[in-house]
Amino acid sequence: MANIAQATREASATPFQRGIKEALYAGAISFGLFFLFIGLRTDQNIRNELILVPRWGLLAIVVGLVMLGRFVYVAYGQPFMARQKIVNVASGLLPDSVATRFFKLPYFIASLVVVGLLMVFAGSLDGIFGPALAGYMRFFRALAIIYALASVMFYFRAFIQAHFSALGIGVLVAYPIVVVVALTLISGSMAGGFQGSLKWVDNFGIQILIYVMLAWGLNIVVGLAGLLDLGYVAFYAVGAYAYALLATQLGWSFWILLPVAGIMAAFWGVMLGFPVLRLRGDYLAIVTLAFGEIIRLVLINWREVTNGAAGISGIPKVSFFGLISFNVSDPNYIAKVFGIAQSGAYYKIFLYYLILGLALLTAFVTIRLRRMPVGRAWEALREDEIACRSLGINTTTTKLTAFATGAMFGGFAGSFFAARQGFVSPESFVFLESAIILAIVVLGGMGSLVGIAVAAAVMIGGTEILREMEFLKAVFGSDFTPELYRMLLFGMAMVIVMLWKPRGFVGSREPTAFLHERKSVSSSFTKEGHG
Amino acid sequence: MTAGKSLLDIRGVETYYGNIRALNGVDVSVNEGEIVALIGANGAGKSTLMMTIFGTPRARRGTITFAGTDITDLPTHEIARMRIAQSPEGRRIFPRMTVMENLQMGASLDNLKFFDEDVEKVFTLFPRLKERIAQRGGTLSGGEQQMLSIGRALMARPKLLLLDEPSLGLAPLIVKQIFDAIRELNRTQGLTVFLVEQNAFGALKLATRGYVMVNGVVTMSGTGKDLLADPEVRAAYLEGGRH
Repeated sequence: MANIAQATREASATPFQRGIKEALYAGAISFGLFFLFIGLRTDQNIRNELILVPRWGLLAIVVGLVMLGRFVYVAYGQPFMARQKIVNVASGLLPDSVATRFFKLPYFIASLVVVGLLMVFAGSLDGIFGPALAGYMRFFRALAIIYALASVMFYFRAFIQAHFSALGIGVLVAYPIVVVVALTLISGSMAGGFQGSLKWVDNFGIQILIYVMLAWGLNIVVGLAGLLDLGYVAFYAVGAYAYALLATQLGWSFWILLPVAGIMAAFWGVMLGFPVLRLRGDYLAIVTLAFGEIIRLVLINWREVTNGAAGISGIPKVSFFGLISFNVSDPNYIAKVFGIAQSGAYYKIFLYYLILGLALLTAFVTIRLRRMPVGRAWEALREDEIACRSLGINTTTTKLTAFATGAMFGGFAGSFFAARQGFVSPESFVFLESAIILAIVVLGGMGSLVGIAVAAAVMIGGTEILREMEFLKAVFGSDFTPELYRMLLFGMAMVIVMLWKPRGFVGSREPTAFLHERKSVSSSFTKEGHG
Repeated sequence: MTAGKSLLDIRGVETYYGNIRALNGVDVSVNEGEIVALIGANGAGKSTLMMTIFGTPRARRGTITFAGTDITDLPTHEIARMRIAQSPEGRRIFPRMTVMENLQMGASLDNLKFFDEDVEKVFTLFPRLKERIAQRGGTLSGGEQQMLSIGRALMARPKLLLLDEPSLGLAPLIVKQIFDAIRELNRTQGLTVFLVEQNAFGALKLATRGYVMVNGVVTMSGTGKDLLADPEVRAAYLEGGRH
């Protein structure tokens, strides 16, 4: 039916006509949607009365953009995409893919030239073009850098695809060094390089890696064992408070408390596991959600121990196994040991490698467990619980080990979080955190470590990078604060990814078992299926 | 075939779903080396009996004895570890796991040293599974899924194999292949098989002995040949009569 309707419509109207028509529809819909959102604004006047401020101009711009977008998509985008699927009669080949046409050597060289020129004149841009235009220039430079990097990646795409994990780990290990070296070159001094790296290593590197680790931990519960857990942040909180309380009260070191926090979180994982053994799916989700809230409310109300909503401050820093300290007052402070200038950046770089190590430990354990009977049992449990039981798998212990293992990594991440912040309060462990971690697991593709890492980088790094979009002020006016739109864009990105890849970035599951070696199924085996 | 000593003994078993009685005092016994078929109409309680042997749902009255041990109240996974393997109703293979991984799941931990040997045995029995070794379970055809389900059960090196409707939804040719494989297992390895079937003709032809179940009660029993010849059975299950 739909096909027939499509065909008759295509026969009767050119893409241009259809574009006009659909643009009008889209304009009407967006006008209806945005009339109240954008067209009117409530404000207070001098006498504190509520007044309506009409913003017809802005409404017109938004509706116009929607119409233009729809028109371009229908009139030019759709026919273009349709042409991509038509084989050239003469050559018998499909047209060059969009990517190969987009990434060409001349363009690549041009982008390098642009980057080079704008880098050289970076200091004098404001003077030459004025501040507004200079903002655009910097944006243009950022685009050129992205294009150049994307071209390189496109050129080596087969290699990158084949060695993605190893390359990813290599990039992560090299990241702080590259940042420090690059910023040292730009600022012209070593100290400036370290100082400038603070933001990149801390806000981007550590922040993303914490979420990678949390998502990998939750992946064991949700992705492998198929137990939908909406209260994962509870274990993060248990780990954080375990370190915060024991370190401030008993003065134990991080390296002792890290396993302690992990064990305590695992213990609470089992505590949560017992009552929910018989639950699955939605019911399980609700109970775990409640569990997360219970932990948070206990932290708020048990003031004698947790200091309530005020939280715990003065949590000691991590030391390099007691050998090198990161406290300025200590005799073995890193700057004194090596005779270098004082900087907070050393500690951040150290923390970066610490969380990288912890995250890789999580990945390593997950990969190993998947090949072991317990990991296989988790996956089988996700697929079919009844079949599992009739194959002699003890589903009780299987579920509890999944909860405990996932919770343990949450606890590790929590104690790291406490050590990094130096301060914990219940505010850090709200439901939204659980939701974001779960969203990362789902977006990445349940069960896929690589997909989840990419999702964490895109989601957390993406929202962080919006803080850097200063040039947008040049577009939208100086009182525009792009970071306020972070969560809006986060939500939009999630919707788009789910439409585009419903099973996440990496939706396919990597098998763990082979008879003797990896065997590709030849076409003669797959020609026909009887039965 | 000479009947060995009793392997599975079901005595006066009553099973309920909530307040509804599904099994009303069932007596069935399976001797070593036999193929026993249980036939009956939809809703007669055949599958319930299969599941009751595994303790889900549990028998409210009566006893189930396996190789001299009372298994009525054992947890399901411990019953399975006594070397009773099941190819459950609807096959219940793991759809996102490969054929190989499905077979791995069937192998119990104390049998891992025999794993390669056992896999080869399954592949000899069902060569088609070897062709599909790296394919995900969910992408197999119905017959292949049934083969995988039986193969997975065999990986546990069972003393007793329970099959719940192995012919369900399969083409006659595939049903024949599967029944041949069951007969082969019984003949060469002496495997004891207890199968539940709606395909009464095929099942009774295959079976040493058979039981007929109606509304949660065993109404008739005898050798496969006798039941096939019985006019009542013929009328009810073999000639498309009303039941």
